[in-house]
This record gives sequence, C-alpha cells and structure tokens, in this order.
Amino acid sequence: MKNKIKPFDVINTIILSLLMLICLYPFLYVVFASFSEPWELVKHKGLLIGPLGFSLSGYKAVLSNRSILTGYITTLINLFAGTSINIILTLLAAYAVSRKDFMLKKPIVIMIVFTMFFNSGIIPRFLVVKSLGLYDSRLSMILPTAINVFNLVIMRTAIEALPDSLEEAALLEGANDFDILFRIVMPLIKSTIAVLVLYYGVAHWNQWYQALMYVQSRDKYPLQLVLREILIGNSTESMAAGGVDSSGESAVIGEVIKYATIVVSTLPILTIYPMLQKHFVKGVMVGAVKG
Amino acid sequence: MVKKSKVNQPKASTSRQMGFFELLKRDIVKHRYIYIMLIPVILYFIIFHYVPMFGAQIAFKDFSISKGIMGSKWVGFKHFIDYFHSYYFVRLLKNTVILSAYNILFGFPAPIILAILINEVQNMTFKRVVQTVTYLPHFISIVIVCALLRNFFAVDGIVNQIFGSSVNFFMKEEMFRPLYVGSGIWQEIGWGSIVYLSAITGIDSTLYEAAEIDGAGRFQKILYVTLPCIAATITVMFIMRVGKMMTVGADKVLLMYNESTYATSDIISTFVYRKGLLEQNYSYSAAVDLVNSVVNCGLLVVANKLCKKISGNGLW
Repeated sequence: MKNKIKPFDVINTIILSLLMLICLYPFLYVVFASFSEPWELVKHKGLLIGPLGFSLSGYKAVLSNRSILTGYITTLINLFAGTSINIILTLLAAYAVSRKDFMLKKPIVIMIVFTMFFNSGIIPRFLVVKSLGLYDSRLSMILPTAINVFNLVIMRTAIEALPDSLEEAALLEGANDFDILFRIVMPLIKSTIAVLVLYYGVAHWNQWYQALMYVQSRDKYPLQLVLREILIGNSTESMAAGGVDSSGESAVIGEVIKYATIVVSTLPILTIYPMLQKHFVKGVMVGAVKG
Repeated sequence: MVKKSKVNQPKASTSRQMGFFELLKRDIVKHRYIYIMLIPVILYFIIFHYVPMFGAQIAFKDFSISKGIMGSKWVGFKHFIDYFHSYYFVRLLKNTVILSAYNILFGFPAPIILAILINEVQNMTFKRVVQTVTYLPHFISIVIVCALLRNFFAVDGIVNQIFGSSVNFFMKEEMFRPLYVGSGIWQEIGWGSIVYLSAITGIDSTLYEAAEIDGAGRFQKILYVTLPCIAATITVMFIMRVGKMMTVGADKVLLMYNESTYATSDIISTFVYRKGLLEQNYSYSAAVDLVNSVVNCGLLVVANKLCKKISGNGLW
C-alpha cells in the first residue's frame, strides 16, 4: 500500500478526532471543574480547558461525606461477593449445559432459555424478594441477578470450544466433573472468565435500579443510589425546578462537590478498564448477537 | 460457532424395557456430579424466574398483601380492561414505540459507520486510541451519564452558555427523545462498533485487492466490498434489535424524566414502576407489565427464528 496522504484520510482523521473529543471532553470538564475554585467555577461561562485556580475543597467534602463512604463500602461488598457468586454459578451452569449425555439436559436448557424470552415483570419479582425476607437486605442486590443468561451463553460457548478429548482423558483417569471443571476447564477458559468478571463487576458497580426497588435503609444504599441523591436529587420529580440549582451560598461549593463526586466514583472503572480492553473485545464477539 | 447440541437418547436396547423413572434414577447416579452442580442453578431459576412467573397471576386478581398471592380474589381481566380503556394505554404504547424507533433509527447505523471509519484508519496507534476512547462511555454508570447530561443541558449549563440561550431542556417534552437517544449514541457508539469491526476484519483481503485492480477507490471499496460482506451481521443485529424494541428499561428514563415531560417520556416500564412500587397498585401494574411481556416474547420469538434462518445462530 502506498503511503500517500489522501483527502479521505484527512477527513476521516478529523471526524474520528472530533468523536474522541466528544467522548472524552465531558470527563475532562468534570476533572477540571472538580479541582477548580468554587467561586471561579460558578462565575465561569462556557467550556473549561483547565482547572480554574486550584482547590481541593470539593474532594475534602466528598471524602468526609459519610453516605458516599458507606455507599462505596456497600458497592465493594456487592462487587466482590456478587461477582464471585455470579462467576461460580455461571461456571457451574455453563459446564453442566455443555455436557452432552445426561437425561435432563433438554428440559433444563429449555427452562433456562425460556427466561430469555419471557420476563415475569418487576412486580411479581418484587413480591418474591419481599416474601423471601430479602427486602432491604444486602442479598437483595446480589441474589436476584445471580446468573445472567447472556453471560452464561458466552461461558458455555467457550467451554464447548474446548476439545472433547481433554475431558475424556480426565474421565478415564477417574476424575469427576468437579475436577474437570475446576482443574481442567477453568484454567483453559481464563480469558473468558476475565471478560465475565469485567461484565458482572461493571454491572455491580453501576447498578442502582435493583437497589432502588429492594433497598430502603439509607445505610445500605450502594454508591450509585447515593450518587443519584447527590447528583440528580432525592426524587426524580424534585427536578421540576429544572437542571442543577446553583443559587445560594452552599450551592457554590455544591457544584464543585458534584464534580469531585463524579471523579471519585468513576475513577476505579476508568483505571481498570484499559488494562482489560484486549480481553473484553473477545467476549463481545460471542455475546454480540445474543446480548 | 454455536451448534445446537443434540440430546443423546438413552442407548442400549435393555433400557427400552425400563421405566422412565428407573432410567432417570440411573442417569442421576451416573451423572451425579452434574446434577449436584445444577442444584443451585435450578434453584436460582425457579426462585427468581419461575416463582415470579407463577406470581404474575396477581394480574388477574385483586392482590392484597395480607391475603397473599394465592388467597387474593380472582377478578379475571378487570385490570387489563382498565388499562386498555385508560388514557395511559395509548400514551405509554406510543412513547415506548417511538422512543425505541428513534433509538433504532439513529442509534443502529451509528456504530456501523464508526466501524467503517475506524477500519479505514491506516495508523495502528491512532486506531487503537480511537477504539479505547470511544469504548469508554459504555462503562460509565447511567446515573453519572444522566447527571452529566442534566448538568450540561441545565438552564445555566454549558450548552446554553455556549449558545447564549436559556432553554430548559429537561422541562421540554419535545427535548426528551433527542436527549435520550443522543446520550445513548454517545454512550454506546464505540462499544457497538466492536461487532462490526470484527466482521470487517474477517473479510478476505483478496476481495479488496481484486477491487483495487478493477480501479475501485476508497468509497467504492466501502460500498461494494465492506458493506456487502458485513450485510449478514448487520441484518442479524438489526432483527435482534427490533425484536427487543418493546423492552425499554425504566432505569435511564427514571433518571431523566419529570412530570412536565411525561407526555413523551413516560414509557411502559416507568409507569409500571410508579404504579406498582410507588403507589403499590400491584395487580394493575402487574397486568400492564404482563401485556408488555407477552408482546415482547412474541417479537423475540419471531426475531430469533429469523436470525436462526439467516445465520444459523439465535439467542441460545
């Protein structure tokens, strides 16, 4: 291929650069604003190309905010406990449905697949969670979504792609299915597991709607629900005043606090994600049509 | 690709003479570990999917917490008739369908175009940077996305500052759909392009060489090689997307709407949330949800069939 620069390449580069700017700038703005002097920020009009002055007052307020701290802790618990349960159950289910020769396979597969097509609705599910005594418990944020069927399909596809001979050899040597799954299969599908850890993990980190339905005590709010209160308002209806209220003394620092909150709550994902990028593309491919 | 796995019939002629339960017993003993693995899995699906499905019968009852699901009185189609006759029915249906249609109309082609543009980039580093940056918004929580959106489009937000205007975007019903769809594209354009990019990567490079020999330019190669080669992927993705068109989650809308925009922003799922969980009108909202689930299920079954026909690959 020739190395001549054509107008097409120039235009393409410009379009893609603009798109990157649009994708990235909101985050840059937030970072700049979070380090700005509160008064400067309120007076400022238009885009920011750097922090206005330098102040950590927003971060100080965020880090001393109790509800953000408890939200963080709840979310971390959900993240670790939830993702572990997700991965273990998904592995067990995926391994079992990838076996060929047990009698109840078909009814079990049908039972799982049917849930992809028919949704029971949030009200009956809410009543079940309530009658199990899970309402307002930490488990209510973990158990009702223990297995995601799309992720199960990704896992199953990875297991089915392994050569049968591996397992047959292990069976001959007297290994049982648990040995095969945890000693042979699991190490071979490490990258798929990594992808699913990312998917489930991000879902736990970002989830708020399930908590909104099932959790009542404020001390059990996950981070996103706390963020919703701080950033969007206690109830969506209270936004009738329109946008962010920026009048009054406390509102001045309030602006900076909001931006600092966004930075603090988004940072973990933003730092982990580039490291995992090469893995997750693979998972998308399997899940594409399905997801 | 995913093959439909066959279920082995119990072999051996002797098994013919055994009863079903005898066979099952032997199978369970033989594959005991698989069945042990499946216990928690089956429990999960029964408790959190099938018990609620069974509980969906409250749509046909006047449910009260004190009487429980089984003890409540049957009322037949009362709640359904109420819903179909209410002023909400048309509005919710219209809002859900239009929001979904806009989402497909604008949101569906965007990642395809991006994938083609990314594919045309010659510089590998730039290519990777574009991908990393455009995938990023996908991982941001919807709460943060909506908070940013509300902030930037507030009366005194940056957008108004730049244009010297003072539009109250979140109070205007005609702005809800553009904001919803636009922010959706912003968040998912990069992530959505991955599928098409890898379909493009799979194209035989000799096709491009042949096109080049025939004197095709860049645009012609895109039009006559790239697009036809990923047409199957596009079709399958499109069918699945349409199949899910009635499933518009409540979560993002809940973060974006308010009473003054209900005329365009109130969709089936948000209505169910409000009526059911906030006003505790359980039976009525379960009926509304059930109608939607049935329609959804029908759409998905058709979409799944079509996809299987085209690509041999469906949901499962």
